[in-house]
Amino acid sequence: MSGEGRRGIAIGRGEREAMEAHARETYPEECCGILLGSAAAERKVVRSTIAIRNAEEGASRRRRYTISARDMLEAEKEARRVGTEVIGFYHSHPDVPAVPSATDLREATWPALSYVILCVKGGAIDGMRSWTLAEDRSAMNEEPILDAEN
Amino acid sequence: MAIKIFIPTALRQYAGGSDAVAVEAATVGEALARLVHAHAPLKKHLYGDDGRLRSFVNVYLNDEDIRYGDGERTALKEGDTLSIIPSIAGGADDAPAPDLSQEELLRYSRHLMLPEVGVDGQKRLKAAKVLLIGAGGLGSPLGLYLAAAGVGRLGLVDFDVVDSSNLQRQIIHGTKDVGRSKLASARERIEDVNPNVAVTTYETRLSSENALDIVADYDIVIDGTDNFPTRYLVNDACVLLEKPNVYGSIFRFEGQASVFATGEGPCYRCLYPEPPPPGLVPSCAEGGVLGVLPGIVGTIQANEAIKLIIGKGEPLIGRLLLFDALKMRFREFRVRRSPECPVCGTNPTITGLIDYEEFCGVPTAAAAPASEGEISVIELKARLDRGESVVLVDVREPYEAQICRIAGARLIPLREVPSRVDELDPAQEIVVHCRTGQRSERAAAFLKDRGFRSVLNLRGGIDAWARDVDPTMPRY
Repeated sequence: MSGEGRRGIAIGRGEREAMEAHARETYPEECCGILLGSAAAERKVVRSTIAIRNAEEGASRRRRYTISARDMLEAEKEARRVGTEVIGFYHSHPDVPAVPSATDLREATWPALSYVILCVKGGAIDGMRSWTLAEDRSAMNEEPILDAEN
Repeated sequence: MAIKIFIPTALRQYAGGSDAVAVEAATVGEALARLVHAHAPLKKHLYGDDGRLRSFVNVYLNDEDIRYGDGERTALKEGDTLSIIPSIAGGADDAPAPDLSQEELLRYSRHLMLPEVGVDGQKRLKAAKVLLIGAGGLGSPLGLYLAAAGVGRLGLVDFDVVDSSNLQRQIIHGTKDVGRSKLASARERIEDVNPNVAVTTYETRLSSENALDIVADYDIVIDGTDNFPTRYLVNDACVLLEKPNVYGSIFRFEGQASVFATGEGPCYRCLYPEPPPPGLVPSCAEGGVLGVLPGIVGTIQANEAIKLIIGKGEPLIGRLLLFDALKMRFREFRVRRSPECPVCGTNPTITGLIDYEEFCGVPTAAAAPASEGEISVIELKARLDRGESVVLVDVREPYEAQICRIAGARLIPLREVPSRVDELDPAQEIVVHCRTGQRSERAAAFLKDRGFRSVLNLRGGIDAWARDVDPTMPRY
């Protein structure tokens, strides 16, 4: 039911640029953050992004990211406060394509949530793609990124 | 108990669209079981094939993670609320993950069969770089176990030589190593335990000048030091470089351990913003330590480091573990990150390394000789030889006096000084001594406070006496 109806994720320029700036800033380490917005039957719309400190330690930040449950709890509160909801997450892949890794699939939570991946090559943004977990949890499927209408 | 479970937006489609489900249950585990029983489609998104909660699923009882309670066995009260909060993880993956050789697969087989470690975890261990500050009591089990566990690179910082008084607890060194550099001895032993480990040694005292350069090359730092200036130095360097600091300390029969400076959790300064006054907490050299104690605390530190590396389990973050070997009791205290912390708080005032000797009030070497209120052992010997009337007071413990004494000294253990102060004449010149001069410094300060006009502290204590005046005297 849900998989059919949601035809992608709309991201406005401001949110896009905020994620890109965060990804450039943490390069060569991975950045991560939370997407707040609304999920209507047809599509998800990102209203704002929250940059989160990557809870991985040391060198593993170059290849992994973790958003702690504590940060999630805060984001949920923030979402309720501004009348939105958590609709997904973003993270960067330094010098690796914006395609989910085995870890991304293994750690993926629930199909309704979007996983936006930014590829950063040599410090510059080289694409952004969005993925969702299949209902049977077997794979990550790409969803289109749409321009937010104003 | 009637309780309410809040359903995150992303899962509501599997729970009939509702944002909360009311259930009757006595424990958290029972409540969750009833939830997925009532809404079967939820099950595969909360539980894995092994029937356990998926690793990313966190359950909060009211506002507290159930991991800090009794997990799924945590009891519920009427009106409690449960929230399901995912932790989010992923990443580009360890592209150049080091492969394990046939020899390593055999060597680590007991790790590989643990699902929590497995080949992935073992490769993480192999890729890990861990810095040990100190190759002594704590550093011994740390070096041995981390090497055996297959940590790929171990850095060791120490500048001491092996002394026979170390052997009672520093099991990485042997009798044949007495007089050798601790680093040379530890390296030889580690390479024997596991030749796959790359050992880097830093034969230096960790200082504000070199700490950031040394720490920067590592993923995790383990504090095995025995003094406050270095402990604060290690903590601050870890906070500034965002490296976890696996802390341990030991004294007599008691030990402490925690994991600091992980970003989410507190740092050592959140727990102890200020060092104790110099001399208040004696070092192990002054106060003694049960030989097996660093073995226990050091292996706890090794355990925590391995968990951080493989990313499994519940690390000792935000918890201070206290161990009492006499009572054989572990206690645990919550430690919260302090927003006022000068180094990891909201508005840090310490943004670089400082002078830690000064911060901890330790008299610097340069200041020592000129220090007023002190007397050297040579000078004391000369005055005694001249027959001058000096009241010599030994503030050590009786067992220490059994090992060696300076002739004519009167024994008043430090803790008895306040109650026995009347035994001394404030008009007479008094020289106080202990083993190395720390405890007697406190005794001297106390006596001056009580109006004693002339009190001198014997610099270097009886240890300096044995070294410089009477080489036949046993040292301990």
